[in-house]
Amino acid sequence: MADVHAAPHHITPLRTYFMVFAALAIGTLLTWYASTVDLGAWNTPIALIIATTKAVLVILFFMHVIYSTRLTWVVVIASFVWLAMLFVLTFTDYLTRAWQIY
Amino acid sequence: MSDLTLEAQEHVHHPFLQHQFEDLGQQHEASTLGMWVFLATEILFFGGVLMAYWIYRVIYPEAWALAGEQQNTLAGGTNTLVLIVSSLTMACAVRAAQLGSRRGTLALLFATLFFGCVFLGIKSYEYNAHWHEGLFPGLHFTWNEDPALAPKVQLFMVFYWGLTGLHALHMVIGVGLLVWIISRAWRSQFGPEYYSPVEVMGLYWHFVDIVWIFLFPFLYLIPHFGVHHG
Repeated sequence: MADVHAAPHHITPLRTYFMVFAALAIGTLLTWYASTVDLGAWNTPIALIIATTKAVLVILFFMHVIYSTRLTWVVVIASFVWLAMLFVLTFTDYLTRAWQIY
Repeated sequence: MSDLTLEAQEHVHHPFLQHQFEDLGQQHEASTLGMWVFLATEILFFGGVLMAYWIYRVIYPEAWALAGEQQNTLAGGTNTLVLIVSSLTMACAVRAAQLGSRRGTLALLFATLFFGCVFLGIKSYEYNAHWHEGLFPGLHFTWNEDPALAPKVQLFMVFYWGLTGLHALHMVIGVGLLVWIISRAWRSQFGPEYYSPVEVMGLYWHFVDIVWIFLFPFLYLIPHFGVHHG
């Protein structure tokens, strides 16, 4: 049984950390640059996509979720599913209120 | 089981292995899982405030556009990069602890502490500027550009101070935790077998970084884009 708990302590190569860091820095510059250009309705979605990508990189590599057990994955995914429920269900209300006007 | 074997077991036990766990691997697993459960509550805690922010952004796009222009994008962007660097040093500190390098762990934890303080310094500079511009919500709030929108601009500033304030509070707590982890690393309490506190500290620090990754575009970069389709 002891083997089950002797979790393999994965040591991430420095290269991975530096690549994630580079991606995060580029993402920051990209989101800043995108905000200086008028893309009409696309500015908000693009900012959201870049921020979400950066967050996923941090969670997977800096927070080691990619190497962790399924139980940790369940907790991580469940917390974001709950967050998505909060946003999606609330916006089904607020974003559709104007419809009755048209 | 005789007393002798129990005593022998005591000897092989790591000093930081709590008695309810079979071994350090299981203890590490429980520590990180526990931190993630706490972070799940934090995600929903910040998520609730962000939800309210988005609802008012949809309702008052003009005020959000005006208020967004008051933000110091250079300061916010610099702070984003500062936090990303601090996350890199934090991740590398955990790695140094895993490899058993006391000197490396300490140096990287000190670097993380330094960048955390730089973030708070830049944030204080911004807060000070907003305070003098009359952009702190309350009795002394001043907005002369478009008086009709003043209450709504003030509402944006409530979210601005509330969200960045909660984030800064988390940063202050993180800096405090770092000092504690540094003092433990100083006393050589971590090594390849036992580094869970450094790892869990890292999880918290990275989470606070993620919150800022979202706050930066929401509060500094995109408020003025609501108008086009609002």
